[in-house]
Order: sequence, then C-alpha cells, then structure tokens
Amino acid sequence: MNELRPLTVSLKTSEDVVRLRQTVRERAVEIGFGLVDQTKLVTAASELARNTILYGGGGEATLEIVTQGERRGICLTFSDRGPGIPDVELALKDGYTSGSGLGLGLGGAKRLSNEFNIVSQVGAGTRVTIKRWR
Amino acid sequence: MNLSGKSQLAGILKKHEPEILADWTQSQLAASTLRSDLMTEAELREQSRQLLNALQRGAQEGQLNDVSGPQWQEARDLLTRISRSRAQQGYTPSETATFVFSLKQPLFARLRKEIGSDVTALADELWLTTTLLDRLALFTTERYQQSRDELIARQQRELLELSTPVVQLWNGVLALPLIGTLDSERTQVVMESLLEKIVATSAPLAIIDITGVPTVDTLVAQHLLKTVAAARLMGADCIISGIRPQIAQTIVHLGVDLADVVPKATLADAFAIALKRMGLAVARAGA
Amino acid sequence: MARIPILKMGAFLLVTIQVDMHDRLALTLQDDLTTRIVADRAHGVLIDISSLDVVDSFIGRMISDISKMAQVLDAHTVVVGMQPAVAITLVELGLSLEGVRTALDVERGMELLRLQVSEG
Repeated sequence: MNELRPLTVSLKTSEDVVRLRQTVRERAVEIGFGLVDQTKLVTAASELARNTILYGGGGEATLEIVTQGERRGICLTFSDRGPGIPDVELALKDGYTSGSGLGLGLGGAKRLSNEFNIVSQVGAGTRVTIKRWR
Repeated sequence: MNLSGKSQLAGILKKHEPEILADWTQSQLAASTLRSDLMTEAELREQSRQLLNALQRGAQEGQLNDVSGPQWQEARDLLTRISRSRAQQGYTPSETATFVFSLKQPLFARLRKEIGSDVTALADELWLTTTLLDRLALFTTERYQQSRDELIARQQRELLELSTPVVQLWNGVLALPLIGTLDSERTQVVMESLLEKIVATSAPLAIIDITGVPTVDTLVAQHLLKTVAAARLMGADCIISGIRPQIAQTIVHLGVDLADVVPKATLADAFAIALKRMGLAVARAGA
Repeated sequence: MARIPILKMGAFLLVTIQVDMHDRLALTLQDDLTTRIVADRAHGVLIDISSLDVVDSFIGRMISDISKMAQVLDAHTVVVGMQPAVAITLVELGLSLEGVRTALDVERGMELLRLQVSEG
C-alpha cells in the first residue's frame, strides 16, 4: 500500500469527477476517516473538481497524505490554467455564480474542509488547496 | 557550539554497539527502579537494542543538537511506540524517561574509554551526548502525556455514549435526553448517533431534551440546529424541549425556527405534542 | 450508455439512484422522467437516494430541477432515504433542497405522495 506517494489525476470530463470521488473515498477510508469526515471530503472534492472543469477549462487534482505531528490527513490540490478569478472574496460568497451552478462550490468546499487556500491570477489560472485531518 | 560535524558519537555507537548494549542492559536490570513486574528481561533488551540502533542512525545523518529533523524520525517513532506501550502497561512518565537517561552512564563510560586521552574532545562529546539524551527523554514525557490525553478522551467518549442513549418512546418517536455540559465534540458525536438511530428505527420524529444541560454556547447551539436541519433533509422532524431562559437568548440569536422549539416544556410535554402531531391519543383501556 | 431505471408504482414513478452519476446520466434521467410523467400520467415521483453516499451541489441541483419539472407537469416529488452523513454534509455545504419534500423511506414517501395528491 504505497499510500504516501502523491497521486495526480487529470480533470477534463465528468467521468473524471466520478473517478476522483472514488479515489478520494478510498484513500480516506485507508487512513481511517470516519464516515462523516469521508463524506465531507469527497463532497468538497467533487465541488472543486467541477469548478476546475466548468470554469477552469479543465485541469488536474493532486491527492496527498499529510502528517502533522501525530495526526494524519488528506491534502487535495485543484489547479487549472483557466481565466482565473478576478474577485476571490466575491467568489467565496454563497450564491455567487458566474455560470449556471448554485454558487456553493468554493464557499461550500471551504466550510467542509479543515484548511482552505486559494491562489488565483486573472489570465493565468487558479489553484485551490484543501485539507482535512483525522 | 555546533560540533555535530566533528562528533564521534555515531562512529562509536556503531563500532561498540554490542558492548554498550550489554553494559546498558546490565545496569538497567541492576537498578532499583526496575519494573520486572511489567516487562521481561528479553523485552527490555529488545527495546534497548532498538533504541541504540535508532540513535546510531540518527547521530550518523542528523544534528545532535536538534532531534526534530527527518533523520531522527525513526528514533522519535520508536520512542513514541515505547512511550505509548509503557503508558498502557502502567509505567510512570519518570520511569519511561529514566529508560533514556539510564543510557548515559554506560555511554559516557564508553566515550571516556575511546576518547579519554583528548580531554577537550571528550568534554565536547559528553556535552553533546548528554543534551541529546535529555531531549529524547523529554520527548518521551511529551508523548506519554499525549497518549494519556488520548486515553482520557477515548474514555470520555465511551462514557458519553453510555450516558446519552437515544430512546425510542413510541413507534416512530425517538427521544434524546441530554444531560450535563455539552462541548462541541460531544455534541457532534451525539447528534450523529441520533441521526443514525432515526434511520435505523425509521422514526420521523425526534425529541431533543436539554433540560439537563446547564449552559449552551453558540457553537453547541449551532450543532443542535444543524442536526435539526439534517434530520429534516432526511425526512424527519426534531422538537427541542427543555429550554431555559438562559439558553433561550442564544437560540433566538441564531434564528431558530420557533416551530421546532417547545420552550419551558418538559420531555413529557414534548412527547404529548409528538403524539398529537402523529394523530395519536392516549386513552384509558376499556373496562 | 446505461440508464437509470424508472419503475411505475400505481400512479407514481419510482427512481432508485444507485450509481455515482456523471453529467450525461443525470441529464438523461431528467429527460426520461419528463417523458414518463406525461406518458404514464403520473401524479408523483419518488426518488430513492438511500444508496448514494455522496450528494454534491450538482446532484442537489438535479433533484431540485426534477422537482420543478414535475411540478410543471402537475406531479409531486418526494426524495427518500438520505443517509445521515450526506445530510450533515449538505447542511454544511449550504444546500437546502428547498421545495423538495423528503421522507425516511419508500413506504413513508408513498404515504406523503398520496397525501399531497389528495390535497391537490
């Protein structure tokens, strides 16, 4: 079980989203997340993966097992080379959507995670990182 | 005084491992602090051997004056394991730290033998070694604390599960009488188990009674509300009963839908309301 | 491509979602349901999600859309069997599924549909 190696998957189609969900679920189970924690992480991943495809023009997701002292967790990074987000604060607000979604993706993923970080540059792309700890 | 680059400790440990191990084990077995009731000679020898190995490897690659680096991971992991297992066996934290401290005497004796002729080098080496072992011993006490904390947390959880059972009052009506102070974690655990019970018993109505809870802070109130919302999404309703004036303000500030709350009511009153909602009534058995 | 089966149960339609859905599958389901509601003159739709261990905003949107569509076609919708972990996550996510009635299981869902239909 070589779980310590980071895993990167490409995100281009909605089947990729389904596959990512399954992968995240498997890893979360492996390191012993409870059911609610698993579900929150998988759901956050799903939201961010969709965003990457819908607004970022496709990209990739990286899954890494992380440790902090004695506790372990999962770190997911979603990156794309899309148009970028001009106003991140606005994008984090619930209900805001520049597309046809419900506008809950970014803010929702943030609420579902223990740590959340976003870096975005107009014209260059976006990178969102979330962490959930056991 | 960073002498790590010139330290001979790693080399000496490697070259004389069997002798150092033998000396060390012997002195541990002879000590008055030996807990022969908790560990066999063979186990003690094995733990000592493992630590010497990990020490040797750490000293080889890493800084002697800083044990937080990756080269010392093996030693830290080993000491964590030892600390945990000793805690479980009933060793005191001092006894576990003494295990590390007890290495000083045989190790110093060996250093004196190998470097004795060079007084300055010996002094430096002794200093490095003693501070290294001090740090590692402190590490074991920290780990000991941590594992005790985890044990207490686990016991609290188990006690919690026993003390807040979800009760089925009637076919389709569950009750969760909460007693004592609620903290965020406890509330989450309890609420999750309520939702699980709702599914398991297919109960569309749950009464959460907080008569026995002296204070409810904002965080706990939020958990309560999230539970009510989650239950609703699942197809069940929650009634919160037993709210006292002190708690009422917190709840109102959070924008609770008052239809979910039965203020000043006891669990019994809430049950009566539940029956009514289900279209049931209690009647005397006919003569 | 596999489709999600739609069963007729009296005046109602029952959809049991058991797979992790990707976009096309979800859209096909919506189309199929619309067609069947009209074809079978169904008064209600029961969506069983007891096998779903994840519901994200996309699926949530799909469920809302189905409910609105059904309403336009004069049919009621009830979603049943949501798992606790999913419910807790949806609350945190901020998804309210407003306007969608829910029930614990298929049996209670049917009861609810009958009640709604009789109320007009």
